[in-house]
Amino acid sequence: MLTKLNGGKIYDPANQVNGEVHHVFIRDGRIVAAPTSDERVEREYDVSGRIVMAGAIDLHTHIGGGKVNIARNMLPEDHRGDIVERTPLTRSGCGHAVPSTLTTGYRYAEMGYTACFEPAMLPVNARQAHMEMGDTPIVDKGGYALLGSDDFLLRMLAAKSDQKAINDYVAWTLNAAHCIGIKVVNPGGISAFKFNQRKLDVDEEHVYYHVTPRRILKILTQALSDIGVPHPLHVHGSNLGVPGNVETTLETIKAAEGLPMHLTHIQFHSYDTEGDRKFSSGAARVAEVINHNKNISADVGQIMFGQTVTASGDTMAQYRNAPHGHPQKWVVMDIECDAGCGVVPFRYRDKNFVNALQWAIGLEIFLMVNDPWRIFLTTDHPTGAPFMSYPHLIKLLMDKTYRNNTLAAINPDAAAMSTLASLTREYTLYEIAIMTRAAPAKILGLADRGHLGPGAAADITVYSEDADKERMFAKPDYVFKDGELVAQNGKIVKVTRGNTHVVKPEFDKSIEKQLKSYFERYQTIRMDNFKISDDEMYEFGHGNKLLLHPCRKNG
Amino acid sequence: MTQLLSPGVWDEVPCPFCGLACDDLRVAAQPGKLEVIANGCPVSAKAFAGLSSSKAIAPRIAGKTASLKNAVAAAAVILSKAKQPLLAGLGTDVAGMRALMQIADRIGAVVDHMNSAYFMSNVLALQDGGWLTTTLSEVKNRVDLLVIAGTDVASRFPRFFERYIWNRDALFGSNTREVVYLGRGLDTQAGTAPDGRKPTVIACDVTRIGEIAGALRCLIAGRHMQIDPVAGVPLSELQQLAKRMQNARYGVLAWAAADFDFKHAELTVQSLCELVKDLNRGTRFSGLPLGGNEGDVTANQVCSWQSGFPLRTGFGSGHPDYDPRHFSANRMLQKNEADALLWVSSFNEKRTPPETAVPTAVLGRSGMSFIKEPDVYIPVATPGIDHSGHVYRTDNVVALPLRKLRENALPSVAQVVAEIEKAL
Repeated sequence: MLTKLNGGKIYDPANQVNGEVHHVFIRDGRIVAAPTSDERVEREYDVSGRIVMAGAIDLHTHIGGGKVNIARNMLPEDHRGDIVERTPLTRSGCGHAVPSTLTTGYRYAEMGYTACFEPAMLPVNARQAHMEMGDTPIVDKGGYALLGSDDFLLRMLAAKSDQKAINDYVAWTLNAAHCIGIKVVNPGGISAFKFNQRKLDVDEEHVYYHVTPRRILKILTQALSDIGVPHPLHVHGSNLGVPGNVETTLETIKAAEGLPMHLTHIQFHSYDTEGDRKFSSGAARVAEVINHNKNISADVGQIMFGQTVTASGDTMAQYRNAPHGHPQKWVVMDIECDAGCGVVPFRYRDKNFVNALQWAIGLEIFLMVNDPWRIFLTTDHPTGAPFMSYPHLIKLLMDKTYRNNTLAAINPDAAAMSTLASLTREYTLYEIAIMTRAAPAKILGLADRGHLGPGAAADITVYSEDADKERMFAKPDYVFKDGELVAQNGKIVKVTRGNTHVVKPEFDKSIEKQLKSYFERYQTIRMDNFKISDDEMYEFGHGNKLLLHPCRKNG
Repeated sequence: MTQLLSPGVWDEVPCPFCGLACDDLRVAAQPGKLEVIANGCPVSAKAFAGLSSSKAIAPRIAGKTASLKNAVAAAAVILSKAKQPLLAGLGTDVAGMRALMQIADRIGAVVDHMNSAYFMSNVLALQDGGWLTTTLSEVKNRVDLLVIAGTDVASRFPRFFERYIWNRDALFGSNTREVVYLGRGLDTQAGTAPDGRKPTVIACDVTRIGEIAGALRCLIAGRHMQIDPVAGVPLSELQQLAKRMQNARYGVLAWAAADFDFKHAELTVQSLCELVKDLNRGTRFSGLPLGGNEGDVTANQVCSWQSGFPLRTGFGSGHPDYDPRHFSANRMLQKNEADALLWVSSFNEKRTPPETAVPTAVLGRSGMSFIKEPDVYIPVATPGIDHSGHVYRTDNVVALPLRKLRENALPSVAQVVAEIEKAL
């Protein structure tokens, strides 16, 4: 069947199309070139005057796995405020801070998003994450496997294993957990916390393994480069939330030694120590270094004012920050000699100095990093704010007047310490399309997503242009997923499954000999039961497609 | 994955019959018989063997043998006629629970697990104050002081000490582990170390463990205690225990909510959790809630991710409503607030539905016998024996991949529920 989107204004940065008017043709779930005149168009959508972009891609959103479900269990009072009724087409559920899986899928799709990536999948908990994502309809999914505080890797480092053995272990993990990337959280720090170490800076040694975060960063960036995984190491740095951690962040960037590295929720890692309260913005320094280091990309992890819940693998930071939580209840968990998790509800208040400055710092970073291909729109859902706040965030980026009006209402001391008022930049639609579509697809190695060229998957979002960008991005007119119309005027019209994106880099199978014995001696699950099979993935995804992306040969 | 070692012998078989979900069993499958031949325990030996002896695979309607199709149709009639259906028991795997949640949403049912009376003590404590906990591999490699509150552990979780406390191999080598029991009349034999060291036993009534925890918190905070004894325990014993806990490098405080069989046990769980939090100001100490039997953790996980709420959630208003007291299946049946019951117990044929006059359909492990024959009984396959599947372990983290070990004509819970949904 041939479908035509007639006469839209196309924003397709991957193909250098900036608002030009042309038709988009879809056949069998794919975008195709303009057909010959004798081919019949069976379905036509008049999108003239409207904005057409690829479906949006969220490269960092906590939508599945242990900590997310702990948050759901812990916060019935939050969920009761945003109950979702069943319809003939959609299941019931709930929203706000940590929506039910089904609601997560519907709401992302209604907002024009067609792919979401869970950024902290503990390999030992990957089954749960995939099950939850399998129950998250419509959008595509994928995950980053967490390494760097697992005892197996730390033992390898302490024993000075060669890089090749580490590469094999990293590749093995990606295969076993069915992930598309590797994440490191507070490198070594989750493990160090288990030894009662409460702080671990980039060059500080882990009390037991005597390994530094710098070394962990170096070997993992190297490993991903060597085995050719498209997505660079996804780094949640040391010292999250600590005033002065801007220095840590700059050292973390140096630790990449020029290899690709992605710094996640960098807002939480851009704090300086100036002023009476010894808390100030380090955004300018971080932005400058990102601007000068083309190997570095980052997502912001913008905070928004209101109630949410922070969910992280960083037990050390979450335990430290728990006294600031609201309401006062929290979970911290040590997990399986693999990693850990911490879930702390938070209420960010605009009249609170620290929260207000955090808000401003995030926006400063957005506006001071020049290259929209290397800075990504995230709130670290739900840690900075629930993903439903993205349209509001886009408005803050595109509308200087609105931004300055909001700035005028926050804690005045924080506003006075921020350079935000002097930043006149307004993001263009083209730049928004880069940071939410083209760039995430590129950095994840999704060749056929995030663009509208012939051959791309027909994940397409159509908006009505509106001066109020929040309204515009909240409810697109049409959302197509793999060629099927799934949402119209911000409401689901068809429920599909979405695909799961994975990489399966090759590795020397002999690593399994070592792993098998390690699992038998020290773990409580056997290696062969730890590995997730393709059959299981099929079951978790209710038969959805597993899309395998190639790794570069020889790095 | 579970391997076929030789014809009829399976290795690395995960066991779904207690919350530890050990996955190192060797099971021999012969026609009509399954036997755990290595790494078994009383629970698994019985559960694997018991299943094989059953020959009752035919569904029944009102006690009379019926086809699966007719039994499914009869169950569908019971559910569709009801104003407030109840899906309870919920002893099933992830696929079964996914199917049950879908049908609950569709018919406006309440979902509640057979172990909720205990399980909810943990959920309520989690919702009120949260907790700091650990998982089995961390215990196995790190624990130096294990404090057990109000349970012998071993009778519900037979291999706990063998696998996680007295294990020979540990990453951070510790053969000097110490065990302390809080409680009276507990069988503490399993807590004796292989080298003969006996555990410390602090004798107190299980209902007063909350008071003990409170006193320990006071002592740890350096406050002066005016009461002596506390809950019958001399203060000096508690002072010693407080010191030991503070001096532990990686202490673990374990409890089994199922052994807190008294009202408002969630307050006891909460006081234990708060004690653990306090200890972490100085050292590392973690809670270890032990549960997961009959798939309670599994049911709660799936319910939470699909609805956003824990068990005891109802869909009668067209959306999830969570009420940890009101939506107790037993309470609703006693108060005539439910008018149909679908009872699911695929792991254990002894867990039959509560006595009730409301129309009842049972999806039970084959061989289930009833005091009162239900309106519909559909014998179902057992996950991990008759079909593959997944169950969650006690620690809420690890989902074990269960394997099909033999051919069997019995349908799975997921299959039967899907058929019932079609017949609605």
